[in-house]
Amino acid sequence: MQASKTTREKVEAGLRRRRRREIVFQLSGMLATTVGVMFLGVFFVDLFAKGSTAFMQTYIRIDVEFAEDVIAPDGEIDLAYADFDGLVRTALRNEFPAVSGRSERRELYRLVSIGAGYQMRDMIEAKPALLGSKETLWVPASSTVDMYVKGNIDASIDEALRPLSDAQVGWIESLRESGRLESRINSALFSNGDSREPELAGIRGALMGSVYMLIVTILLAFPIGVAAAIYLEEFAPRNRWSDLIEVNINNLAAVPSIVFGLLGLAIFINWMSIPRSAPLVGGLVLSLLTLPVIIIASRAAIKAVPPSIREAALALGASRMQVVFHHIMPLALPGMLTGAIIGMSRALGESAPLLMIGMVAFIVDVPSGFSDPATALPVQIYLWADSPERAFAERTSAAIIVLLAFLLVMNLTAVIMRKRMERKW
Amino acid sequence: MTIVQMMEAKVTDRQAQSSRAGSSDEGPAIDKGVKRTPALPASGQFVETGMTVGDVRCQDPYVIAENVDVFYGANHAIKNVTLEISKQEVIALIGPSGCGKSTFLRCLNRMNDSIESARVSGSITLGGQDIYGKDLDPVALRARVGMVFQKPNPFPKSIYDNVAYGPRIHGLAADRAELDDIVHSSLERAGLLNEVKDRLDEPGTGLSGGQQQRLCIARTIAVNPEVILMDEPCSALDPIATARIEDLMDELSQDYAIVIVTHSMQQAARVSKRVAYFHLGLLIEVDETDRIFTNPQHKLTEDYITGRIG
Repeated sequence: MQASKTTREKVEAGLRRRRRREIVFQLSGMLATTVGVMFLGVFFVDLFAKGSTAFMQTYIRIDVEFAEDVIAPDGEIDLAYADFDGLVRTALRNEFPAVSGRSERRELYRLVSIGAGYQMRDMIEAKPALLGSKETLWVPASSTVDMYVKGNIDASIDEALRPLSDAQVGWIESLRESGRLESRINSALFSNGDSREPELAGIRGALMGSVYMLIVTILLAFPIGVAAAIYLEEFAPRNRWSDLIEVNINNLAAVPSIVFGLLGLAIFINWMSIPRSAPLVGGLVLSLLTLPVIIIASRAAIKAVPPSIREAALALGASRMQVVFHHIMPLALPGMLTGAIIGMSRALGESAPLLMIGMVAFIVDVPSGFSDPATALPVQIYLWADSPERAFAERTSAAIIVLLAFLLVMNLTAVIMRKRMERKW
Repeated sequence: MTIVQMMEAKVTDRQAQSSRAGSSDEGPAIDKGVKRTPALPASGQFVETGMTVGDVRCQDPYVIAENVDVFYGANHAIKNVTLEISKQEVIALIGPSGCGKSTFLRCLNRMNDSIESARVSGSITLGGQDIYGKDLDPVALRARVGMVFQKPNPFPKSIYDNVAYGPRIHGLAADRAELDDIVHSSLERAGLLNEVKDRLDEPGTGLSGGQQQRLCIARTIAVNPEVILMDEPCSALDPIATARIEDLMDELSQDYAIVIVTHSMQQAARVSKRVAYFHLGLLIEVDETDRIFTNPQHKLTEDYITGRIG
């Protein structure tokens, strides 16, 4: 009979069902975690598999002569007009004397990047004494050669279907056998700006653009955001206006970023006439984007400061400003930093608003200031992903790796700073 | 309570005042209080008239609250309370939870200012100065009226900085040596110096609960206030720590007026000279501690101290 059951019996009767539910709940949690980690793992493995090769680049060794009659036909070095490419070609012809005929030679010349000529020009510019001398140089191979060496071009398929001819493959193999072909660290990736030639394209321009932009963003958004949060939390009267402001800030955090780009275009570029494509404008736009995030996080951090600390300071006769700066700020700063770093991470990854303000341009020079034309890492990734050359695919992945590394360094700095500042109560 | 009844209450109060003014050399204030004590009415009736039995006046008053009303929005938290507190006395505010004793306490250093919906009417003077006057800065007031809270709330700073904070913000010390002096003497008076003198640079939050509360008292007296408000200062402490704080209050009462809110009748009996009993926002009875606990005049007071309310 139901009534005769003791409490103990009733509890024990339900126990198995409770345990089963507990196990199911735990298992589903584990499953969810596993799926998440798996997605992340697949993403990283794929990214590194595709991107890691971009950090290496094939180089070819050639013996060049800094011929006086080419570089200094009138007795004076003429960097602008000297035919350095011609010197590289001569070197290649000397390497393969058997190659004759216009089209064959042209195929031969395509083995070496046009960067070889620039390299020679830079050398003679740095050291004019090289004039007339013979040098052995490692110059970058063209991207198709690089792709072949990295195994991305299959030589066994029909000649017409691949970018390298049989003759070119033969030359590459002979270079490789004679030790004139080598895989080296791709320093161009980190020292160059963008380029049409994949083997010469680097992310330094985009990286510096991102750095300049983030400097502008943190300098603007953090103080303004924290000041606004302190005012709203500590000083502003609670009325309809402050409610309205609060709702608007929360909404602002959810506004699609491209809208901020349009705003930046309309206000900063068209109205205030700040140069387009500049990290300054990008930074301003990203500040707008980051502000709501920083304000919301900072307010939460201020709210989390125990009221007892506030009361203690007030009761001792501290003014409201003293309460804020002596007690609230030190305790809320770690939380504010977290907000700032979330905002900055978002700003670092933004590309849409930058498209609107002209930071999507093809910019070869590495920016050296806040008003130089620049692009940003995510935009560079977008640009490279859009490029048809096979070699840009691996560079896209490499740029993503660099972006993630940047993000990681930024977050790590914030975590360390936060740990240092954290105080217990 | 209707307006008419409130007015009646005020009239009674004025009569009391005038009678006091007229008979100022007639002897101890307590006698006048007894004079205006009505016969014990049934509790329900009395709450409605809102009249205080016993004697709200005292000799040589320093803090004078006259007809104080406090509203939290529409909630009438303190109803027409008049109370005088002299220097060098410990007065205990007792009463069941929500009776307004803490609210009244927080009126005395304007801590209610930070609650936006709070509104205070009536007058409270400190040494003759209206503390709700337009020309009075609450910062200056709180340097004169210190407060110790229910839960020990040291700053997450070193013990030294905790005590030095008040003197620092008010510029009480001319140099480091003077500040050291203030910190040491405050800690000593709070009975904490011997326990912490070797670790003044350690965080104040690392102390035990009782030590933390004494640190908070040291922090309060470092500013050298005139009045110390204590809001259930021992409710989070064990009996030994409580005993130490009570001893401390006894010593401090030589120099400061101490107003303590407490839920412990024994504590009120031990530390205070006078007791004020609050009930539902009304000040029901004020009298010498002995008299309140041995011979309460009001039914509600009697019910409370005998454990029938609260």
